[in-house]
Amino acid sequence: MSGDTSSPRAEWEAAFSASPTRDAEFTTLSGIPLDPVYGPEDGDFPGQYPYTRGPYASMYRSRLWTMRMFAGFGTAEDTNWRFKEIIKAGGTGLSTAFDMPTLLGLDSDDPMSLGEVGRCGVAVDSLSDMEDLYAGIDLGEVTTSMTINSPAAVIFSMFIAQAEKAGVQRARLGGTLQNDILKEYQAQKEFVFPPRQSMRLVRDTIDFTAAEMPRWHSVSISGYHIREAGSTAVEELAFTLANGFAYVELALAAGLDVDAFAPRLSFFFNAHIDFFEEIAKYRAARRIWARWMKDRYGATDPRSMQCRFHTQTAGVSLTAQQPEVNIARTAIEALAGVLGGTQSLHTNSMDEALALPTEKAARIALRTQQVIAHETNVAHVADPLGGSYYVESLTDEVERQAEEIFAHLESLGNGSLLEGVITGIEENWFQGRISDSAYDLERRLNAGQRITVGVNGFKDGNEEDQIQLLRITNEDELRQRKRLDSVRSDRNQDAVAAALDKLRTEAEDPEVNLMPTLIEASHAYATVGEMMSTMAGVFGRHVEVPSI
Amino acid sequence: MSGERILVAKVGLDGHDRGVKVVARILRDAGYEVIYTGLFQTPETVAAAAVDEDADAIGLSMLSGAHMTLAPLVVDAVRARGADIPVILGGTVPDHDLDELRAKGVATVLTPGTTAEDIVKEVQRVLDGSQVA
Repeated sequence: MSGDTSSPRAEWEAAFSASPTRDAEFTTLSGIPLDPVYGPEDGDFPGQYPYTRGPYASMYRSRLWTMRMFAGFGTAEDTNWRFKEIIKAGGTGLSTAFDMPTLLGLDSDDPMSLGEVGRCGVAVDSLSDMEDLYAGIDLGEVTTSMTINSPAAVIFSMFIAQAEKAGVQRARLGGTLQNDILKEYQAQKEFVFPPRQSMRLVRDTIDFTAAEMPRWHSVSISGYHIREAGSTAVEELAFTLANGFAYVELALAAGLDVDAFAPRLSFFFNAHIDFFEEIAKYRAARRIWARWMKDRYGATDPRSMQCRFHTQTAGVSLTAQQPEVNIARTAIEALAGVLGGTQSLHTNSMDEALALPTEKAARIALRTQQVIAHETNVAHVADPLGGSYYVESLTDEVERQAEEIFAHLESLGNGSLLEGVITGIEENWFQGRISDSAYDLERRLNAGQRITVGVNGFKDGNEEDQIQLLRITNEDELRQRKRLDSVRSDRNQDAVAAALDKLRTEAEDPEVNLMPTLIEASHAYATVGEMMSTMAGVFGRHVEVPSI
Repeated sequence: MSGERILVAKVGLDGHDRGVKVVARILRDAGYEVIYTGLFQTPETVAAAAVDEDADAIGLSMLSGAHMTLAPLVVDAVRARGADIPVILGGTVPDHDLDELRAKGVATVLTPGTTAEDIVKEVQRVLDGSQVA
């Protein structure tokens, strides 16, 4: 990164000219030529610390964001078919949704799984399902994201085992494991083990990927679910970054060098309906992360300071009434993500207030991204709202309010964000804040202070709009149970028992990294439920104290 | 409506608790006594808690798509205890499921977008109906 560094602009120009440029005409529709970025000579530029204007100098001039559509339903074969449709339709990355039993580390034949198998995502019980899930997809080429948290280490092990069986070495695998357990206790509520024991598994995955999988993102620190659970934009931002700092402190405490793992941390934010507030949130996220990583955690590699994130439009903003209107909401939210500089994007489908999307609804959602990418020209210029009095001021204010939350958590943890976050979880602080914010918004809606089209205003047409919804039958559940039965009867039981014994012994020693043994157990076709309950025998199970 | 007891619950594996908490507060603000049993309950534990707590109605919140399996099981579990406590379902329930749910004994279904006022009205209607019976 040498070159002219006489001014921020000169430095940016040097970085920009060293970046590839994608094949497109960078002019307005009427032919006015467009610069890659606008701003004063001595201002902030994208790709420059503190990265408010974007993590990279060239942003979408080099490469558009990844259109990563989240999918998963029924059995692994069903979802494999949907994945192939996504790739055929021009999707550039895969994102796997698992069903509730898998998210909670239960097998499909567990009594608690009744009625939930394959409903909210794909059912994965063993390596056999993982093999079917990615059959015929070159995992050395397509990057894969997996939304899995409590059993993240287990599912990740199965993924690695499956790729290796297909002949792809683990070092070639590129993708993201959500693996963000802290927000599970705060918002998403799909937890299994107590917080501290869960954090040991997160440490193991960070440690393992830092050593063996250079293309893999070990944790996708997620504000999405915090926002969906009812938080404000500021709370989403602050809780998410605080969780990020907690993972950094966890890995530092395990003896890792900050620049050995921090470049592989990524983020996942919501794109809600308040357009400018969302853009300010993304800009503030990049600035805060950069400053904290550099000043507090001593990062020196710029990649450790660059906040890279995935965005998903807000599921909670969708209405069951007049569902086609959701296409408009999603387009506006997606545009905020793009103007905010997201690295990848999922757009929700119009029917998701009621069901998993139909193929047609999912295609329209992807097409919405393609309209933004290829028709609107908004991707020609990086951080197009940088310098706007309004957006800059909102960015500063969002940052200021987030810093207040960090200060509170730091005092909760006596100077440690890791301890502050865990204490905040144990004391229901996060959960209470989120519930309060959710109720506050509901009250404003009910008082008519906020209008949601089709819900408390503009209701003409609510009755006539019936759209086709995806129906998942109980047959998928029965089919999945049969598949699991045959896996259980075909495998070598001694190998399974030996692998689970080893897992139990190693789980008792907090110094041991469990990843190699989990991969071994995956190869033996041990199930998710077997591995999770083996660990639960050592770690215990988390129970949330219910509060309204 | 004073003092009527409503037990709100999440059955199965669905961790989405925004809806149940918001509705619990709406009902509490409307003057009901609200008990929340927390996540990951089974039809059996919900029915047992409702009987033990002498609840006048049960509110189930479901957003995972498992309502067709689990909601009728809660109704059955309540009846198996000889109790006559109405079960109200709220959540992401498509229209095409409504008739079957009612046929299986679910008292009413509150779908997305129902206002606070309509929630309270509908709950009270169900409570009034069950007292007559």
